[in-house]
Amino acid sequence: MATVQDLPQIRGVKQIPVEEFYTSGHRTCQGCESALVMRLMIKAAGQRTIVVGSTGCMYVANTTYYSTPWVVPWMHTQLGSAGSAATGTAAGLSAMMRKGKMQQEPINVIAFCGDGGGVDMGLSAISAALQHEEYNLLIICYDNESYANTDIQASGSTPWGANTTFSPPGKVIRNMNTRWKKNMAPMMAVGHPDMKYVATACASYGLDFNNKVRRALTAGGPTFIHCIDPCPKGRDYDPKYSHELGMLSIETGLWIQYEIIEGELMLNGPSRAIAKGIRKRKPVEEYLLRQGRFAHFAPEDIKFFQEKVDEQWEKWWIPGLVPITPGQDDATGSDDA
Amino acid sequence: MATVQTQLYQQPKEELISGSEAIGIACALADVDVITAYPIRPYDTVMQYVSRLKADGAFDFDYIIAESEHSQFEIVKHASAVGARTFTGSSGVGWFYAFEAITVTAGLRLPVVAMGGNRALDDPGAFGVEHNDAMAVRDLGWHLYWVSTAQEALDMALIAWKVAEDPRVLLPFALSCDGSFLTHSQAIVQVPSQDQVNSFLPAYQRGTLQLHPDNPITVAPQVNEDWLMEIRKQTDEAMRRTPAVIKEVYEEFKREFGRGDPSPFIEEYMCEDAEIILVGMGTLAMPTRVAVRRMREAGKKVGFLRVKFFRPFATEEIQQALKGAKGVAVIDRDYSYGSPSYGGVLFQELRSAMYPMEERPVMLNFIAGLGGREVMVRDIDEMVETTQKALDTGKIDQETTWVAVRE
Repeated sequence: MATVQDLPQIRGVKQIPVEEFYTSGHRTCQGCESALVMRLMIKAAGQRTIVVGSTGCMYVANTTYYSTPWVVPWMHTQLGSAGSAATGTAAGLSAMMRKGKMQQEPINVIAFCGDGGGVDMGLSAISAALQHEEYNLLIICYDNESYANTDIQASGSTPWGANTTFSPPGKVIRNMNTRWKKNMAPMMAVGHPDMKYVATACASYGLDFNNKVRRALTAGGPTFIHCIDPCPKGRDYDPKYSHELGMLSIETGLWIQYEIIEGELMLNGPSRAIAKGIRKRKPVEEYLLRQGRFAHFAPEDIKFFQEKVDEQWEKWWIPGLVPITPGQDDATGSDDA
Repeated sequence: MATVQTQLYQQPKEELISGSEAIGIACALADVDVITAYPIRPYDTVMQYVSRLKADGAFDFDYIIAESEHSQFEIVKHASAVGARTFTGSSGVGWFYAFEAITVTAGLRLPVVAMGGNRALDDPGAFGVEHNDAMAVRDLGWHLYWVSTAQEALDMALIAWKVAEDPRVLLPFALSCDGSFLTHSQAIVQVPSQDQVNSFLPAYQRGTLQLHPDNPITVAPQVNEDWLMEIRKQTDEAMRRTPAVIKEVYEEFKREFGRGDPSPFIEEYMCEDAEIILVGMGTLAMPTRVAVRRMREAGKKVGFLRVKFFRPFATEEIQQALKGAKGVAVIDRDYSYGSPSYGGVLFQELRSAMYPMEERPVMLNFIAGLGGREVMVRDIDEMVETTQKALDTGKIDQETTWVAVRE
């Protein structure tokens, strides 16, 4: 396996590198958390990195001809190709370095995709990429919970009941999106047991995200991070609340912050405090009612939503992998675990 | 110069191999860096071959068994962008599953070399050869070459990397090989030595277009109406430059290896003074040459023109080859539903190429050999008879005829 770069954990805000590798030139929306994901991601990874980005907001809004924000080498890949782009880039580098056609050096390879490119269309290629233990690569799914670049259409990662242009509430049907959000990170972790690192993240917790990127890039082999990105345009709220909504999604228990390092699960941030009983989960209503996409919800919809969130904490939250709140029996039913 | 990492072929030698194996050997001789495989018949025999070379330690490359054809082509696309020499391939509907990736490879000016083991498109399923799969890339900026023998497969693969990777060109190259008739049929092939190949084929140098931290470029940003036409035109200019590069490389190849036709674009068989010229691509050449030779023996002035490069289309050479003929019988192993005269794709292209000529031959189209049905010598005879009848009567009953098909 190729060697990895020396990317130590950042111990505090003051230690965060000052260099920016994602700079001016992008034209993302005001309050775009995905743009922050890009900035923090490459800040943590550093200059000796190749980034490949699949079609989506972070392609179309970021890289306009003649005004790229990327200081590192960057290349577009097709909507469903984040996994293949990472594999191809890493394979090309690996073959050329091994055969003496390129100077030996650990180069970070990061491929990003949105929820459309990752959770929907790119799932099979990402899964394939995560099987290649011989390549060091990181796939980051920036999940703003809709196809936000193409007009806010529902994806497999859009929350239940959300109003999108493909799932508008109508006179007869109030909830057109009857699918519960896919559980992407656990799906990757469970399905690819040799992976050394899987994490969830949120740019509202910037230092945490920086360090998760560094752990992923130094773990060795393919790794995966799933970020939840509040999106003012797609979720219908004032752009100034992006950070706050990111925090609320975690404080209500809807989004859970964790890392799975070599198969071992560790909660972190507010999610850890909630699991330990130090903090109480806020009612999910506080999160839902802040966003126009849930404005059509009837009280029973909010109740249903809350029950689903309770269920993921009280019965399971990573099906097949981890029991819910610590202390409970293994949900998989294995006695000798 | 390619790294001498395989000692497979220290000396030139003769081998009895299939067209797929010939391309597999070319991959080793060209020191390809990244190859992606996905199973579909008949092209995948090439991947079975290179995987054995890898397993035996005879050929060092990064070998990725992709989870779909789309990923196959995407992976080599990105490997090519960082400067690796690449090879992949597919057949039939697999080629179409990869089509998005195939499209962008040309748009990105990445010199991927791909083998199309021609196969009929589903549905209904059929394993046999048909040219509609590979032909679909004709408008995208790919070189598209139809191979007719295993020797030509090996030779053209080496030429393909050299042409595609030339900085004046930088366009991908598809080698179309008829399913079964070429992919699975063995023939004696002259395999060159590694030294010969090294002196012919330089290393792929992507230069200032290489994606690397030392060269932090942004590749394929969004352009919209501001720039798309200019970028399309750049690709067009590359495609217009490639014929001269192909000629140059072909001459070098002939000097180095001592074999090849007069033209890289077309093969003329008994076309001089021919009144009727048959035109076709790929392995159709074999029965057609036999039929032409027999007819010549019987005193009939018949010739055969094999179109080798479908893209770039050698318009002038084809015009010159056909201009003396009274009748032209175009054999299509493909079909275009609802097209002008309800004909095949090669026919449409040839008729279009001949339109500016002052004296145009009578042109008829024959749809033959679809789904791998064998094209017999008697079928060729019938095409010539039909064309002769049109010439004699001055009347065309139908422009397109389906040959040897149940009514």
